[in-house]
Amino acid sequence: MPESEPLLVMRGIGKRFPGVVALDGVDLRLFPGEVHALMGENGAGKSTLIKVLTGAYHHDQGDISLAGESVAFAGPHQARQAGISTVYQEINLCPNLSVAENVLIGRAPTRFGRIRWSAVRRRAEELLDRLHLNIDVGSDLGTHSIAVQQMVAIARALDVDAKVLVLDEPTSSLDASEVDQLFRVMRGLKEEGIAVLFVTHFLDQVYEIADRMTVLRNGRRVGEYRTAELSQLDLVAAMIGKDLAVLEDIEEAPRREVAVLERGTPVVSADGLGRAGAIAPFSLAIHKGEVVGLAGLLGSGRTEVARLLFGADRADQGQIAVDGEPVALRGPQSAMRQKIAYCPENRRTDGLVEELTVRENIILALQADRGWARPVPRGKQDELVARYVRALDIRPADPEIPVRNLSGGNQQKVLLARWLITEPKLMILDEPTRGIDVGAKAEIQKLVVELSDGGMAVLFISAELEEVLRLSHKVAVLRDRKLVAELDNTDGLDTDRVMAAIASGGVA
Amino acid sequence: MIDMKSRPEQTVAERLRVIPVRQKYLPVTATAVLLALMYGLGVINYPGFSDTQIVLNVFIDNAFLLVVAVGMTFVILTGGIDLSVGSVVALTTMVVALLLENGWPAAVVLPVALLMGATIGFLMGLMIHYFDVQPFIATLAGMFLARGLCYVISTDSISIDNPFWVSVANAQLWFGGFFITISVLIALAVVLIAAYVLAYTTFGRDVYAVGGNPQSAMLMGLRVGRTRIAVYTISGLCSALGGVVLSFYMLSGYGLHASGMELDAIAAVVIGGTLLTGGSGYLFGTVLGVLVLGLIQTIITFQGDLSSWWTKIFIGLFLFVFIVLQRAVTRRRR
Repeated sequence: MPESEPLLVMRGIGKRFPGVVALDGVDLRLFPGEVHALMGENGAGKSTLIKVLTGAYHHDQGDISLAGESVAFAGPHQARQAGISTVYQEINLCPNLSVAENVLIGRAPTRFGRIRWSAVRRRAEELLDRLHLNIDVGSDLGTHSIAVQQMVAIARALDVDAKVLVLDEPTSSLDASEVDQLFRVMRGLKEEGIAVLFVTHFLDQVYEIADRMTVLRNGRRVGEYRTAELSQLDLVAAMIGKDLAVLEDIEEAPRREVAVLERGTPVVSADGLGRAGAIAPFSLAIHKGEVVGLAGLLGSGRTEVARLLFGADRADQGQIAVDGEPVALRGPQSAMRQKIAYCPENRRTDGLVEELTVRENIILALQADRGWARPVPRGKQDELVARYVRALDIRPADPEIPVRNLSGGNQQKVLLARWLITEPKLMILDEPTRGIDVGAKAEIQKLVVELSDGGMAVLFISAELEEVLRLSHKVAVLRDRKLVAELDNTDGLDTDRVMAAIASGGVA
Repeated sequence: MIDMKSRPEQTVAERLRVIPVRQKYLPVTATAVLLALMYGLGVINYPGFSDTQIVLNVFIDNAFLLVVAVGMTFVILTGGIDLSVGSVVALTTMVVALLLENGWPAAVVLPVALLMGATIGFLMGLMIHYFDVQPFIATLAGMFLARGLCYVISTDSISIDNPFWVSVANAQLWFGGFFITISVLIALAVVLIAAYVLAYTTFGRDVYAVGGNPQSAMLMGLRVGRTRIAVYTISGLCSALGGVVLSFYMLSGYGLHASGMELDAIAAVVIGGTLLTGGSGYLFGTVLGVLVLGLIQTIITFQGDLSSWWTKIFIGLFLFVFIVLQRAVTRRRR
């Protein structure tokens, strides 16, 4: 491809937040007709850079030029008008409005100030057709699944006369066929000469679609590379800036044999547990030191199982026993009393209190366990927090900054630390590695291994089968809100067999 | 192609759905059914209730409430609240009465009154947006301020004898054997304009978007700040217009006029099916809500042996029912 003039140039961008330097002299160039991947660990500054580019944040230093002209955006509205369109990771649409309106609000066609609804619907249908999405554009957005909402967000971004399209982790909630669909669309946009900035944690996807990439680390730019000229291993090394020992340890660790475990009385066992409309009755036993993986497609009932075991939802049939004793879980508090811990899938809304500091967030569960009348002494708090910040390598290592200022991976670690302090018998991890980078992912996987070696029972939920197989002693397969198979992780088990179980609904 | 078949469990709201009504129209439909039931009850129980003039009287007696509730609908749709409306209504009647007493011409008094209301709303909107003050607090301040100003003007009632005012107040527009007042025309015009704005203009849709998710609305490039300030300005303007309409009805200005009326307006909007959390509701519902409140009063008047406090009791009961209904509907959306 001939080296053309860059369409967008960001030069020496700097941005600081109280206590954190998020970006330090970062450069970024986007070329027309190219997909450019922005890579980096959590906390490397990717999100901040994107927010600066799209006008949501103001940078303290540096300048941006678009098509040769220097620009400064007062807000997302101006950036959008200049031709920079964004699809954020968290879907930023209005669930109360119709699909058609979400696609076009802010620039709906009008005549004499009157919105032409028929034109709005027609235009929305055209745009969704381009994504091969066939839904009623008059229906409320909130009634659709996350994947569909994501597609609607992309349709919205496409409608603008966009020169630059920013996709911030658009694939994290899409399944394989939806990702293919998105990539087809992205290739189409490339042909049209649009510059696409693509942020993702899936390395394979980068190599599939990106022409060029910029790697960030700790708020600095490591370099700009052509995808063809950088091996995957070198990319990871550039991202984490240290050798790959951690990652390789995990990759090469022998498969965890089920035989090693002595299975006495299960720590937690469910017997015919179910809840109408959420999950069909299932039986599942988790033993001391055992990692049970839950595999299944998005919406197959994985989170529902976790919520029942944690008492967050009430079961309408069946029983739970802890150490062989039947217990009634009336809610999260009684589950906590039984030493069951749950890290929810959506850490931002269900897990962390963003305004509170790292220390306060970590202490929360322990404090709740003790009751408000017996505050954890400050000295003890500092000691505990310091220990876990170190053990989990939470960065920045300052316990007194608000959790909001941390990156996704570090927030996940804070959530883990909170539950580890309570020394649970069973730890339920719902998608702990979703949306975080390789380095942090490897660390969290390693932690799961350590915990189970230490005798903790773990229920590990993940959409990534490789990860489930690597860590679990036993894999429970869910399909259509039903537990369809329980597979011991022995030599014969591989992703194909699990996939087959998911697909066929039984042991392959 | 994306699978649309997986459906969450049926909710109460879904089971309630006997006839195929779209989810979002359910609260408005419920209000319409309630209104029809109340009307039917009145017609069966009380002789003379079926007279069309009875319905028109509900409009005549509640025209000012309708105007104020329209402004309140805009505010609640963005997820806000405006507690100042009753006080602004009272202040408007005072200012109008005072200026007319001092010989100002009606053609000047009217715009001055409206401008004053809009300005109060605008200032509260600025406070809410730029200083990130809770709408509840900002408008609570506005409520005390406006009510207090009434008593600075006068602690007594000031009567209005301006000929224009009196003639508007006494005008009856007859058609067939029935009549309405100019106030009713004003209220209906306000309703129609507002309904059009909400359904067919960019600003109207921004109101819904901001109520749905202000963060998203901002990232979608909508002018959230402008929208929020505008809805409080509109509410202030509607309150002032409501005050003018009330001054036609009362022909006096008094600091005790419209006391507690902000709560009637909120009740009407909520009974009309607008979610207090914002983002969902229709102006048509607000009209129905005002009619429900008016009809309760009429029925109690017809009953004759009930204290007027029963009005409040019924309003309270209906509010409970509608808030529970709203929960059922929103849970489905989660």
